[in-house]
Amino acid sequence: MSKFGKGDKKEMPALNTSSLPDLIFTILFFFMIVTTMREVTLMVEFTVPRGTELEKMTKKSLISYIYVGKPTKELRGKMGSGTQIQLNDKFASLAEVQDYVYQEREAMKESDKPFMKVSLKVDENTQMGIVTDIKQELRKSWALNINYSANSRD
Amino acid sequence: MGKKKRSVPELNSSSTADISFILLIFFLTTTSMDTDKGLARRLPPPPEEHQEMDETKVKQRNVLQVRINAMDELMIGGDYAEVSEIRERAKEFIDNPNNLATLPDKVAKEIDLFGTVYITDKHVISLQSDRGTSYKKYFEVQNELVAAYNELRDELAKRKFGKSFLDCSEEENLAIRTYYPMKISEAEPKNYANR
Repeated sequence: MSKFGKGDKKEMPALNTSSLPDLIFTILFFFMIVTTMREVTLMVEFTVPRGTELEKMTKKSLISYIYVGKPTKELRGKMGSGTQIQLNDKFASLAEVQDYVYQEREAMKESDKPFMKVSLKVDENTQMGIVTDIKQELRKSWALNINYSANSRD
Repeated sequence: MGKKKRSVPELNSSSTADISFILLIFFLTTTSMDTDKGLARRLPPPPEEHQEMDETKVKQRNVLQVRINAMDELMIGGDYAEVSEIRERAKEFIDNPNNLATLPDKVAKEIDLFGTVYITDKHVISLQSDRGTSYKKYFEVQNELVAAYNELRDELAKRKFGKSFLDCSEEENLAIRTYYPMKISEAEPKNYANR
C-alpha cells in the first residue's frame, strides 16, 4: 500500500463539536425546570432545625417567607449581632410584619388569597419570644397557615 | 457577471456553546434547588372577647399540658420529662386505649368507613413555651407531637385498611384524620424568666 512512506503527514480530523451547544442547552433547560429563582438575598444567617415529620411545601406562588436570625458577618458591624427579622430585601421591625403580609396578599391572585402560607425560616438558636411575637402578628393579619421550615433528619 | 452559483458561507457557530455555557452558569448561580420542607401549622384566629370563656370550658382531663421553660427543660402534665418520652405520652393521651378516667373522655361519633366509634374528640395538647426557650427545643417537641399523631394514624390505617397511612385514598385519609384529629394548641408564651 502506498499509504505508508508518503512524504506528507496526514492531519488528525477535527472533532465535530456541532452538537455541543445542543448538549449544553439540554442541561440548561433541565436546570431551568427543576430549580426556582432565588427571590431575596439573605441578610441573616440561619440554620433551620431538623425534624422527621416534615411535609413538602407545594405551590411556591402561595408562600411568603419570613427570615429570622443573626445578621451576616458583613452587616454585623452596622446592625449588631442581635436577632433580626428579614422581610423581602431589608431588615424589618415587628410592626412591619402585618404590612408585609397585606402586601404579599395583595400581590396574589384573588382565588389564591385564602390559601396563603407563611414559611418561617428561623434559626434554631433563636429564642421563642421573637417567634411568638411574629406568630401573634400573623394571627392579627389573618395569615393563619404557617410552616416551620426545617431540614429532614434521618 | 456569470451565472456561477455562489455557495453561502457557513455561519460560524463555534461560540454557541460558550454562550449557552454562560446562560447555564447564570441559572446555576441565581436559582436554588432546595424544596421547602417543614411542619405545617394552623394558627388560631385573632383573639376576641369571648375567647377566654371557651378556654375554661375544656375539662381538665382533656388537656395535656406540655411546657418548656427558659432553660429548655420539659414538663408533661405535672412532671419533668425528656423529649424522647413525649411521643409515648402523647400517643397514650390521644388514644386513651384503656378508657381511663384521667385521660380524655371518649365520645361516640359517626365516621364514614368506620361506623360509630368512640374517640377522644375533645382532647387538646397545649404546648406552652417561655420567651427564653430556644426555637430548636420547641421545634423538637412539635416534631415529636406530630410524630405521635402520625404513628397513631399509621397504626389505624394498617389495622383497618391493611396499608400505611400514606398509601390511603382520599376518603380513607379523611376518615382516619377524623378519627385522630390533630389538636395542638400553641398557647401564648409566659415570661417567667423576667419575673
